Amino acid sequence: MVSSRLRSRGSASPALLLAIFLCLFVAVTVYVFVAQLYPAPPPISQDAVLVDRQYDLTLYVTGSAFVLAQLGLAYAVLRFRDRGQRASFLRGNIALEVLWTSVTLLAFVGLGILGRNAWAGVRFTPPAPDAVQVEVTTNQFIYTFRYPGADGKFGRLDPSLVNAPAGNPLGIDPNDPAGRDDIVVSDLTVPVDRPVELLLRSQDVIHNFFVRELRLQQDTVPGMIIPVHFTPNRIGQYEIVCTQLCGLGHGTMHSHLNVVSQSDYDGFLKRQALVQ
Amino acid sequence: MSSQSRAADDLTRAPSGGPQGFLRRYVFSTDHKVIGLQYFFLALVAVTVGTILSLLMRFHLVWPAAHLPFVPGGIMTPEQYLALITMHGTIMVFFVLTAAPQSAFGNYLLPLQIGASDMAFPRLNMLSFWLTLLAFVVMMAAFVVPGGAPISGWTAYTPLSGLGEIAGPGEGMGQSLWAFSILIFCVGSLLGSINFIATTIDMRAPGMTLMRLPLTVWAWFVTAILSLLAFAVLFAAGILLVLDRVAGTSFFMPAGLVVNGVLQTNGGGSPLLWQHLFWFFGHPEVYIAILPGMGVVSHILANFSRKPVFGYRAMAFAICAIGFLGFLVWGHHMFVSGMNPYSGLTFSLLTVSIGVPSAVKTFNWLGTLWGGRIQFHSPMLFAIGFVSFFVTGGLSGIFLAQPAVDTTLHATYYVVAHFHIVMGVAAIFGILAATYYWFPKMFGRSMDESLGKIHFWLTFVGVYCIFMPMHFVGIAGGIRRYADSTGVAYLAGFQPLHRFMTIAAFVTAAAQLVFFYNLFWSLRRGAPAAVNPWNATTLEWVAASPPPTDNFGGRFPRVYRGPYEYSVPGAETDFLPQNIPPVSDTTGSTEQRHAG
Repeated sequence: MVSSRLRSRGSASPALLLAIFLCLFVAVTVYVFVAQLYPAPPPISQDAVLVDRQYDLTLYVTGSAFVLAQLGLAYAVLRFRDRGQRASFLRGNIALEVLWTSVTLLAFVGLGILGRNAWAGVRFTPPAPDAVQVEVTTNQFIYTFRYPGADGKFGRLDPSLVNAPAGNPLGIDPNDPAGRDDIVVSDLTVPVDRPVELLLRSQDVIHNFFVRELRLQQDTVPGMIIPVHFTPNRIGQYEIVCTQLCGLGHGTMHSHLNVVSQSDYDGFLKRQALVQ
Repeated sequence: MSSQSRAADDLTRAPSGGPQGFLRRYVFSTDHKVIGLQYFFLALVAVTVGTILSLLMRFHLVWPAAHLPFVPGGIMTPEQYLALITMHGTIMVFFVLTAAPQSAFGNYLLPLQIGASDMAFPRLNMLSFWLTLLAFVVMMAAFVVPGGAPISGWTAYTPLSGLGEIAGPGEGMGQSLWAFSILIFCVGSLLGSINFIATTIDMRAPGMTLMRLPLTVWAWFVTAILSLLAFAVLFAAGILLVLDRVAGTSFFMPAGLVVNGVLQTNGGGSPLLWQHLFWFFGHPEVYIAILPGMGVVSHILANFSRKPVFGYRAMAFAICAIGFLGFLVWGHHMFVSGMNPYSGLTFSLLTVSIGVPSAVKTFNWLGTLWGGRIQFHSPMLFAIGFVSFFVTGGLSGIFLAQPAVDTTLHATYYVVAHFHIVMGVAAIFGILAATYYWFPKMFGRSMDESLGKIHFWLTFVGVYCIFMPMHFVGIAGGIRRYADSTGVAYLAGFQPLHRFMTIAAFVTAAAQLVFFYNLFWSLRRGAPAAVNPWNATTLEWVAASPPPTDNFGGRFPRVYRGPYEYSVPGAETDFLPQNIPPVSDTTGSTEQRHAG
């Protein structure tokens, strides 16, 4: 039987090392978040601000739990290391267990309920009637954007007419008058401070439409037309990237979101109408 | 001589018996212990392959233009990178995280811990291992067929995975082999889970009531129920995928697909159906990987704190609650899939609810340490590491459980960091803790403690160095599954962090060589182990090391008390094995009042 003294000597250094490492780990993690060393880019819509608020709230709650639990673990291993003492015979403590179960339930479910606003606000309401409507089509490994043109109507699509080399990547039916003024481009240009509705579709496999600054990520699924809407409030150019594994060119599939002034937007539409 | 050592001696002296031929004894064995070890060594091979694949990925992310002599063509192509991520994920999830904690350790220890001589269906048990091995061989074959391994990720989302060669390299024969392998694996897992459930229900020793089961057994039992329900659904989904691929059906294919400029003839299917079926399996799979680790950690924390598990009943109920809720949350993988946003809210609330039993477990682990006399043997260090990882990885999941926040973190490196910590390395730490802890029982020898501690420290620190920066890359918008950072302008800014993570990955992987050396050296040269080297209480420590074929030499134990009777006031020693009868039923001694 190993003596208490020997056991004690064997437990001190691992306990101390564990406690020191856990404290350091917590300190570095908290520092990275507090100093915002790797922040997300600034949001460019009010809905994105709501997402950030919910993210921050979650960070405070889970961050506190993280610090308390890791430091609690550090304290426990250091304080109760084997120094030859007798362990306490303790099977549990109902009051304590009920307390921490209730606190956790309130904190986590509370977060879930509060998170509804950032999610539902934009998704459970339709876009404004004057929203700029753009259809987004994905295929391996490009984005194609279609504007309805002066008539405000998208022309009919027929998959059997898809022929990218011949200049009809979406398969617009030439016999449908509504499609004759449709504008088809490879970048998304929208006016600032106006609601935008995107109709997302895919020709081949599942892709994704992700703009970090909008905090908006949505899969494009063949066979479905998925509407999303947002109101960008900052002029600039932003990356659109695919986040859904779509094949060998997945990592190169991207486009740009150009948020421009209303006059620039009008100019863009005019120019494109002449080109098409 | 104390009463418990008398009992232990009696149960370890009997002859071993069982089949004597090499093939019957070690290859086509129906002995649950041999089958457990077969699973264990299969998982070791699989984890080695999976780790090498991950190192190649990490290397390529940082040095994409480097010349690699063993890569066809010299420089890794995007499709080769995507094949690596697909095969890494698949091998790790199925052949390591499912095979090792449940099939290996569960097989070896469950009958021993409940006082049984074997599993309920030994031949089914053998069949389940051989099917799993066959599944592994079929999966490996995907590397060498024309077109190479599949590139659709371990989640194999349709239509990409269902279209065949036209969708990209690896989507031909490679993806078919992947699907066949998964089907075979499912059958093996279903047979295994039926066995675990029947054994736990029917073969417990006299006195082994449900509330006297070690928490490991609770975890393996609940995991088996999850496996039974989850793998059945994956099997069905896999059949439909195979039919879509080879029989021209369209379960997951909608009409009007134009792939590579070619109009497909499919119609009437739904790509989201695959996701619902896959994640109905996939989320419980997370718990299939982690629940056994939770059981192991509870078990080891009690042993080396010399204390009963804090809140045993709450721990057992938490395992059940996590198992049950685990089936109701699959939609949180699909917040951005195009699923109805109302469903997103429902899945969100159910998902955050699962944080409650998870938190109960964490609190109770701290409660188990509290007031203990903590001994830092290698298994204990890994168990403590598990708790730290579970806290970190569990809490990062609260972000992803909320659809609004998930829309900005989904498919970024944040998700990779989250699931690797909470489901990957936490589960691996459970496996490692179990290996160090039960090695003396399995092989009759001890692993080297100093090497064990070196292994722990390099791995524990290394894992955090790999995966903590990954959260930061993800929060800033770094996207996963990209072969390199040249396709999108802002990704270049994350390269310094990627370099750090890659170096950490290589160091951490090198540390595993210490473990392998220790493992294989100790198999031959390790110091002979006592029957009960950790002074533990559960029934496996009553059997010889290693146990004979029928486990207890024909003298099966009777159970008189709970599984974690440590430091019982008034007892002779600070541990009371489950098979030790009370001193007297009528004395009302201190020990008697506290135990049982």
